[in-house]
Amino acid sequence: MHRLPTFRKGGIHPGDKKELSQSQPVERLPFPDELIVPLSQHLGAPANPLKEKGDAVGMGEMIGEASSFISANIHSPVNGTITEIRQITLMNSVSCKAFVIKVDTENPAVEFTAHPWKDKSGEQLLGKVKELGIVGTGGATFPTHVKLSVPKGKSVESLVINGVECEPYLTSDHRLMLEQTEQVLEGIMIAAHITEPKNIIVGVENNKKDAIERLRSVISEKKLPIEVVALQVKYPQGDEKQLLKATINREIPSGKLPLDVGAVVLNVGTAFAVYEAVVYNKPIIDRIVTVSGEAMKEKKNVRTPIGTKIADLIAFSGGLNDNVGKMVAGGPMMGFAFYDDQIPVIKGTSGILALERKKEKKVKISTPCISCGKCVAVCPMGLQPTRLFRLIENRQYEQAMKLNLMDCKECGCCAYSCPSELPLVHGMKLGKKMGRK
Amino acid sequence: MENRKLTVSSSPHIHTRMSTSSIMWSVTVALLPAALWGVYVFGLRALLVIAVSIVSSVAIEYGLLKISKDGSVLDGSAFLTGLLIGMNLPADVAIVVPILASAFAIFVVKWTFGGLGSNWMNPALAGRVFVFFSFTGLMNTYRMPRTLVSAGVDASSSATILTQIKMTVSEQTALLASSTGVLESSGYPYTGFAHNVSQFFSSMSLNVSEYTIDAFFGNIAGCIGEVSAFFLILGGIYLLYKKIITWHIPVSMIGSFALFAWVFGGLRNGLGLFQGDFVLQIFSGGFILASLFMATDMVTSPVTRKGMILYGILIGFFTFLLRYFGSLPESSSLAILLVNIFVPTIDRYIMPKRFGEVEKKSNKKEVKA
Ligand code: SF4
Ligand code: SF4
Repeated sequence: MHRLPTFRKGGIHPGDKKELSQSQPVERLPFPDELIVPLSQHLGAPANPLKEKGDAVGMGEMIGEASSFISANIHSPVNGTITEIRQITLMNSVSCKAFVIKVDTENPAVEFTAHPWKDKSGEQLLGKVKELGIVGTGGATFPTHVKLSVPKGKSVESLVINGVECEPYLTSDHRLMLEQTEQVLEGIMIAAHITEPKNIIVGVENNKKDAIERLRSVISEKKLPIEVVALQVKYPQGDEKQLLKATINREIPSGKLPLDVGAVVLNVGTAFAVYEAVVYNKPIIDRIVTVSGEAMKEKKNVRTPIGTKIADLIAFSGGLNDNVGKMVAGGPMMGFAFYDDQIPVIKGTSGILALERKKEKKVKISTPCISCGKCVAVCPMGLQPTRLFRLIENRQYEQAMKLNLMDCKECGCCAYSCPSELPLVHGMKLGKKMGRK
Repeated sequence: MENRKLTVSSSPHIHTRMSTSSIMWSVTVALLPAALWGVYVFGLRALLVIAVSIVSSVAIEYGLLKISKDGSVLDGSAFLTGLLIGMNLPADVAIVVPILASAFAIFVVKWTFGGLGSNWMNPALAGRVFVFFSFTGLMNTYRMPRTLVSAGVDASSSATILTQIKMTVSEQTALLASSTGVLESSGYPYTGFAHNVSQFFSSMSLNVSEYTIDAFFGNIAGCIGEVSAFFLILGGIYLLYKKIITWHIPVSMIGSFALFAWVFGGLRNGLGLFQGDFVLQIFSGGFILASLFMATDMVTSPVTRKGMILYGILIGFFTFLLRYFGSLPESSSLAILLVNIFVPTIDRYIMPKRFGEVEKKSNKKEVKA
């Protein structure tokens, strides 16, 4: 059998745990009574508030305006009234202002109508993407209009669509590709209209065979110029750098962007958001969230309004088991642990996981580094985590920077594999913070 | 959710099941077949030596843990060190030797350097070399394996293959015979089993000597745990399968030793280049035990794959030098200790290739062109 492509250096194979939720069709969460919509749901500067306490807002109405090029507009997910503007702390420890919206439960939603887009110019479409606050839905939430803006003099060789979803447990992209295949593909064609690439590739890991087949059959039926590449399952293939290595065999040099190797990378969820923005004038006001983990009573994929409190989402999934030991927003490799269930789902929240308490370990003892070299072998960036960690422990931040600490993307492969359970990623984060100073 | 006990810690939130102590226990399991074979061929005395080594290693480690009170617990590494020490001793050694070797290994080598992870040489290896140099006489009496005794050999002890070759070679000046020839002419014994297997190979016109076969299966005199290459390789395969060791060190070490032994190994016996009897050399002495279980010791070997390969090649080379031209018949442990000195330097200068490095260069070329 011929081997499927993947990236070459490093990487790990954690159990993917996707079987818990991958066959659950997407359900829609009924509107909760109250939403909390933060003004910072994206990478870059927070949006400026456009509304005040007491104002009525309509579903899809802009309530926060991008404050710079790298920023994004925020829209109201419902019809309702703003009862408060509150300072909150999100799971990623970002602190920002948020609108508290009381939902008009009688009449919470509006209908969005479809518009043709094929006659519009790329620039007009890009304007829509920007206006409707589209950001990457994979977790990094980079504003999409920035990604799709190709600077003058540069051209796009490949538009690579990320359907990898390499984090264990998460199945929201999987369900999206299966259930809304046509829409995702149309979103990809819109992005292609904007960026004018020479070829379009969708990379999907081979643990989603049904999605690969479905995408391929719709593509051939509609005769779209899109190639679907089945990839070997390996974490962190969903990272832009590893994905481009796997699909088009290009390596983005340290500190550079995909465009420097002629590529634009977009998540499938983002492609779907682009579709909704361009065709329906609909901003990102809801998204699919995978609710899973061994300590979650029911495992689901839930289309959830942005701003929904996590407590409401957990209640919808039947609540938590008693053995819950950790709550995580996002995937277990790069997501954030949190304890406050009153914080909201935002544009980048791909999953809410309830992980079991570990039985064996009452006191956690991390043994010293035994120089096993496993962290070095699995680091996809070719770094030496053990050496960096030692330097950071000794506060030799500059030395660590010289050994390319900044290349570390906190993927967690090293800490996952370390038999001594050293908090390597924690060390890297600290080292970067101190090194930047 | 407020009244639940939730952990909030940095990502990642999942972890491989492999831990330091699970590694130690897996290596122990991998060593067991070879250790049991040693007990079978050398008798209960061998079991006693192994038991004393393990008990003294663990006891010393436990005592030191109690004194230091830094919260560490027994993680299986002392048990493993003890087992390795026992396997590296002859069955007839005085009982004080395993105790001294353990004390040296755990106290001097491991603890004075700061405990697990900070020692630059493998404790068990250092223990072995320490007692070999301190008790040279005691350590040179090897019991005849049961399999040779039942083949009708009526001596209770014997020289090892390597000692026998070394003695013969140093006594005579112009030999003009391979290692096998040397052993044959000195009447070194072999089992009937090996003779049959050798006959079988020669019926397929392959020339495999009885000594190689006995060395491979463990019907030779030697240290308790080193004699059976077969069972050691079995254990090594298990460790490879469990991804505890990688192929880099054993393959480069055996490969480089084989190459040197093949090309230059014949010179010592008065033969030309490319006449070395390298297969017999690989399977005799402690070489297989050293390449699979001691050179691969994580703490004292390089962390990068490239570094591991260089490390293996260096050990192979030094084993060859010491074995053929040094005064000691067996030398792989000494070679490892020697190369351990270079490991910090190897780790400092041999770095993995960074992601994106190739591309940078090829980009530059594109610009120039
Ligand atoms: S977290 Fe950083 S150092 Fe660790 S494996 Fe990932 S990129 Fe390498
Ligand atoms: S994986 Fe852990 S124990 Fe092994 S070298 Fe890296 S930091 Fe050290």
